[in-house]
Amino acid sequence: MKYLDEFRHPGATESLLESIRRRVTKRWTIMEVCGGQTHGLLRYGIDEALADAVELIHGPGCPVCVTGAEVIDRAIELASIPNVLVTTFGDMLRVPGSRESLASARAAGALVRMVYSPLDAVALAEKHPELEVVFFAVGFETTAPATALAVLQAKRRGIENFSLLVAHVRVQPAMEAILCAPENRVQAFLAAGHVCTVVGCESYEDLCRRYEVPIVVTGFEPTDLATGIAACVEQLETSRHEVENRYDRVVQAEGNLRARQFVEDVFEACDRTWRGLGAMPLGGLRLRESWRDYDAERRFTAGALPQVVSSCRCRSGEVLSGRIKPPECAAFGGECRPEHPLGAPMVSGEGACAAYFQYHRPELRCEPRAVEGNA
Amino acid sequence: MCLAVPGRLEEWTDRDPLLARGWVVFGGVRHECHLACVPEAEVGDYVLVHAGIALNRIDIVAAEKLLRELRDAGEESPPSAEDEML
Repeated sequence: MKYLDEFRHPGATESLLESIRRRVTKRWTIMEVCGGQTHGLLRYGIDEALADAVELIHGPGCPVCVTGAEVIDRAIELASIPNVLVTTFGDMLRVPGSRESLASARAAGALVRMVYSPLDAVALAEKHPELEVVFFAVGFETTAPATALAVLQAKRRGIENFSLLVAHVRVQPAMEAILCAPENRVQAFLAAGHVCTVVGCESYEDLCRRYEVPIVVTGFEPTDLATGIAACVEQLETSRHEVENRYDRVVQAEGNLRARQFVEDVFEACDRTWRGLGAMPLGGLRLRESWRDYDAERRFTAGALPQVVSSCRCRSGEVLSGRIKPPECAAFGGECRPEHPLGAPMVSGEGACAAYFQYHRPELRCEPRAVEGNA
Repeated sequence: MCLAVPGRLEEWTDRDPLLARGWVVFGGVRHECHLACVPEAEVGDYVLVHAGIALNRIDIVAAEKLLRELRDAGEESPPSAEDEML
C-alpha cells in the first residue's frame, strides 16, 4: 500500500539498526508509548536486533488494556437493559470485567455489536429507532475526534436514541506518571505517532523540558521505528532533550486543529482510574455538561459501580508501566494465554503480552520474524 | 486501536463541514470515509484514516524526504512512493 510499504524496507531498516549499534556508547533505555509500536518492534525483530544497544520497554499505550473492569461491568449492565444495544470496537469485546466480558454477556443474550467506527453506531441508531444505541467509547486522543464527531452528527441529525459510555484516556498524564515513579528507568520516549497526528508535537514540549527527557514522535513501520530510535539515541549520546518529529508526513507541530476543536467542543479532561496503573489525574476525557444528554450512564443507570481489585496472579500493571516484560510474569504463556487471558494486555491486539506471546514464541511463528519486507 | 491506514481520496460525496464524506481507496479497496477533519483535502490527496475518519492529509513532500534520507543512508534503495503502483 502506498505510503506504507515503502517504510517497511528491510535494507534501509537494517542500515539504520546498524548505525544505532555503532553509535551507542552505553545501553540506553527507551520506552515506546503505543501498543501499535510495541507490535511493530517485536514483529520485525527490532527489539532483538538492538538488544545489546538499546533496551526497549513497553509503555501503557493500549486503551483497551487500561480500561477499568468496572467500566466494562457498566457496559455489560447497559447491554442487559431491554432495548439497549451496546456497540464498541472488536478488541473491547473480549476484555474481562470483574465477572465476564461483553462477548460472554452477548452469548448470554445481552445486546452487543461490534462497530468499526463510532459513526457506524450513529448510523445504527438512525436505522433502529426502536433501540437505544450506546457507543462504548474507548481510545486515546487518536480516537476521540471520531467519538466527538459522532455526538455532533447525532445532534445535527436529530438522532436522540444515541448515547456514549465514555472511557477515553489521555496519553500525556500516563507518560508523566511513569517519569514520576521512583522506579522509573525511561531515558527517552518514542511518542505515539497517531495520538500526535491529533494533538501535535508542541504539546510535549513542557513534559520534555520539565523531565529533561528526549521525546521523538514516530510512526509504526520498521523504518519509522528505527528512525525514531536513532533520533532518541543521538539525543541521549549528545546529552540533549528535545521534542523531535520523525513522523512529519502526518504530524504537524500543532496537530490537526479541526480534530482538536471537535474534541474540545464535546469533551473535557477528567481524572480516571487506569486498569493496572491506578488513579491518573486528568488521565481521561468526559462529556462536557452541555452534552450530558448523551451520557448513557446518566440516561440509564444510577450510582457508581464498586472498584474492582485485579487478579493478584496478573502483573499487567507492571507490564503497562514498563517495570517488567511479559515473560517475567509467572502466568505468562501458561495460565495466561490469548484464549484464556488473565489480563487485558493478553486480550487486546495491541497488548504487550499478546505481542510477546505472538512474536517471542518461535514455535508459533508462521514466518521468519527477522526484519523483512511486507508484514 | 490507534493504528491508521493511508489511502487516496478518490471522490467527495458530501462537503458539509460536519457530515463530510468521500470515497477513499486503500491499495485497491474502496471505502466511504468521514472527512470532516480534512476539509482541505482534494481528490488525489492521500489521507490517514482511523476508525472511519481521516485524521490528516499525508504530506508527500515530507514522506519523499524521509525516503530520500533512507536511500542515502542505506546500502539498498527503498522504492520511491511515487514509483509505487496503487
